[in-house]
Amino acid sequence: MSAEQIIFLVVGVFTLLAGLMVVTTRNLIHAALWLVATLFGVAVLYTLLNAGFMAVVQVVVYIGAIAILFIFAVMLTRRDLRDRGPQMNRNWWAGALIALLTFAGLFFLLSGWGSASRVAGVIPSGFDAVGQLGEQLVSPQAYVLPFEVASVLLVAAMVGAVYTAFNRK
Amino acid sequence: MIPLSWYLILAAGLFSIGLFGVLVRRNAVAILLGVELMLNAVNINLVSFWRYGDVLKMTGQVFAIIVFAVAAAEVAVGLALVISVYRSRNTVIADELDMMKW
Repeated sequence: MSAEQIIFLVVGVFTLLAGLMVVTTRNLIHAALWLVATLFGVAVLYTLLNAGFMAVVQVVVYIGAIAILFIFAVMLTRRDLRDRGPQMNRNWWAGALIALLTFAGLFFLLSGWGSASRVAGVIPSGFDAVGQLGEQLVSPQAYVLPFEVASVLLVAAMVGAVYTAFNRK
Repeated sequence: MIPLSWYLILAAGLFSIGLFGVLVRRNAVAILLGVELMLNAVNINLVSFWRYGDVLKMTGQVFAIIVFAVAAAEVAVGLALVISVYRSRNTVIADELDMMKW
């Protein structure tokens, strides 16, 4: 086994265990902190995939903004989040069954797919992935339209969130 | 070298864990946490398909960035809804939010 594979296995097992803690912990603050751990694991995976920019964006956007937003929401709805009553609903076994079946189905599909065992190609020397990504995002021949749609979506979400959470007194 | 299937299986596992959280948790904020796990699993898939496909085409990373933006929008609106519901009904338990049920 190469060093890369060992790093992948350690980080992958850690990410999955942290993800399991997110969905099973009783205390929601702890669940949000385990989510931060999961997101860090995913950021390491992006680094292993030679996508450094994605790793940085993962840390800045997901951990810096989304996880903190979750912690704020947990604090604002604190009274109900105390550990009273069961944290899972009565049909939790059905949910577990559906999740297991989904995983088994995906695993079955992957095992039947021929090119699943391929290895990564060599990145040509001098290839500037971040610069290329930036150019593609604003180039009319490439992805400027999805980029602008995403900005409109963010503005709409911001206006909607402010309007929904606004306290009219 | 790491084969592509390792990333895909890891992403499938993370997706299933998120799906489990969405299906079984009673707390609305915890359900949104499960949705975040599922979106992350999708992002792992997109970036690994970029790396194992044609590296010179940035399509996978561009899509992953769009998913980032959608996740941020989703969580902002979702948590605003949870806070608004909490203000009017004093609960965030998903079973008890049955105003639209008849």
